[in-house]
Amino acid sequence: MSEPHGYSEHDVQREVTELQSKSATAARIFDLRRIIGGLFVLYGIIVTIAGINPSDSSLDKSEGININLWTGLGMLLLGIFFLVWLKLRPTPPPVRR
Amino acid sequence: MQTPTKGAYLAAELRLPTNWVDYTILGIYFVVVLGIGFAARRSVKTSLDFFLSGRSLPAWITGLAFISANLAATEILGMAANSAQYGAYTVHWYWIGAIPAMVFLGLVMMPFYYGSKVRSVPEMLLLRFDKWAHLLSSALFAFAAILIAGVNLYALAIVVEALLGWPQWVAIVVAGAFVLAYITLGGLSSAIYNEVLQFFVILAALIPLSVLGLKKVGGWDGLTDRLTAEHGANFTTAWGGTGIGSANPLGANWLTIVLGLGFVLSFGYWTTNFAEVQRALSAKNLSAAQRTPLIAAFPKIFIVFLVMIPGLTAAALIPGFGTSDSGYQYNDAIPYLMEQLLPNGVLGIAVTGLLAAFMAGMAANVSSFNTVFTNDIWGRYVEKGRDDEYYVRFGRLITVIGVCASVGTAFLASSFSNIMSYLQTLFSFFNVPMFVVFIVGMFWKRASVKSGFWGLLAGTVAAMVNYFWIYQQGIIDIPSDQGANFVSAIVGFVAGAVVMVAVSLFTAPKPAEELQGLVYGTTSPGMSEPPAAGDDAWYRRPALLGWGAIVLAAACYIPFSF
Repeated sequence: MSEPHGYSEHDVQREVTELQSKSATAARIFDLRRIIGGLFVLYGIIVTIAGINPSDSSLDKSEGININLWTGLGMLLLGIFFLVWLKLRPTPPPVRR
Repeated sequence: MQTPTKGAYLAAELRLPTNWVDYTILGIYFVVVLGIGFAARRSVKTSLDFFLSGRSLPAWITGLAFISANLAATEILGMAANSAQYGAYTVHWYWIGAIPAMVFLGLVMMPFYYGSKVRSVPEMLLLRFDKWAHLLSSALFAFAAILIAGVNLYALAIVVEALLGWPQWVAIVVAGAFVLAYITLGGLSSAIYNEVLQFFVILAALIPLSVLGLKKVGGWDGLTDRLTAEHGANFTTAWGGTGIGSANPLGANWLTIVLGLGFVLSFGYWTTNFAEVQRALSAKNLSAAQRTPLIAAFPKIFIVFLVMIPGLTAAALIPGFGTSDSGYQYNDAIPYLMEQLLPNGVLGIAVTGLLAAFMAGMAANVSSFNTVFTNDIWGRYVEKGRDDEYYVRFGRLITVIGVCASVGTAFLASSFSNIMSYLQTLFSFFNVPMFVVFIVGMFWKRASVKSGFWGLLAGTVAAMVNYFWIYQQGIIDIPSDQGANFVSAIVGFVAGAVVMVAVSLFTAPKPAEELQGLVYGTTSPGMSEPPAAGDDAWYRRPALLGWGAIVLAAACYIPFSF
């Protein structure tokens, strides 16, 4: 071994532990479930509306399946799922480490 | 697994009949993407927040981001293309070419990565080996990340030009600007949050497409009947025609599939590619970090159907799909079905999903690039020991520079696309020696500090020599690029391992007390953290999740094997 090893695991541990104690992400980041829930409810509504009274040409295109209606309802359900999950298990308060 | 490199050209007649509903859906998405960036900004206080989300995210978020970072649009279009060209062999890229490696990362490697508190994959090499291995891997990674980000941008521009009629430069600049904005503002947190969002949007796009595609060809039976009639019975099986010595379109046999794809390429990509591992390192504790790739493994098992079915459907609907007389490229499979099957509304979701996937693919590379460049290159060798605010500022600056460099790469790619695919192949060999160096260093405590650099170098060079000289000059005959990829990966792995052993035998080992937590069987101080409340629930046990994924992936092979 020619050179002393300048940087060891203990240095990394110390640096990262110190940074982690000052970190703001856990305390300040918003809950993503709200965004996913909101976006998919909105998308679900738009696509479901597009699927109410489909034109014959768009039904022909999608093999006779009203794909807008089904996809829209599916997205709406997913959005509601995230909002309900958020309601039942709200963002936990950050734990100081 | 890594996407096959093909020129991403789309036929011009694929222009989609988009209307205002579709553009509204797309517009909303862009607003939300920016909103996430602005909202995440206030959570960035330290460099650890900017580069690793303060190691504080829950496992379901990091897990979905892990899969999303891989589910870039080049992967989606590429794997659909793969299916149209090679048929059901595509499942190998998922069930053997991803799941075992993801489980290995979660169960075996993550305690070392997360427990040692490294901030990047190259930093792990600095601890186990020396600064030369560290510098080489950091520099190669940084370069490759920018290149791949640029290739993603270029592919986006081609697709957007064909589907929506925007000029290429508009697409490159717009997408580049959005990625730049949200990563500069919110750092890794906003990249990860956007990836999770993209995961759901792309599912909402691919599920209707696969359902309608199947309906059009008369269900799975109709699909296999048509494909068998045109391409033969092996086309819809996983292993048919892969005996050693027998010919198949993939140009690979079961041994090169299992060793080359399933072991070397896949483990290299999933366990040492920092763009992936970074997602796990941002998890809030060791249990969440271990679960990150394991949670990702379950969607990965089933996503293959959502890319393979459109690919197979396109091949069944148009005879000779992908060959020059059909007028379509293999890459056109998904856009072709979008144009044929999706009415306005779902069409907007599909366009949004594709664009989101391109941007996420680029963002994953940019956000891992800025971390490696700031922590491993700049902060370690150029400007050492500055205060933490300096590195946050520098991280933002290098993000701007990195995005501009990938925009430049994208413009270069539009004039020299052959050089690009050449470079991509070149860098695809870089993960393989990384994996050798990791695995030898982790399981063999005698591996000396010098052996890391030489193993990395030898493995990279050997894989390249095999691909670019022995294969491309025709010295040995391998029927396809994919097959040659597998063989080159095996060659790189063996060469790296042999050189590491040889160098280790002639140089001094690392003292045992410096190996704590870096070699299998030892523990680092950070690993003694007590588990968080609730993490002992059965459905959160890494071993159960991991082995569950393996069993499920193996079971998926059964219907494709007989």
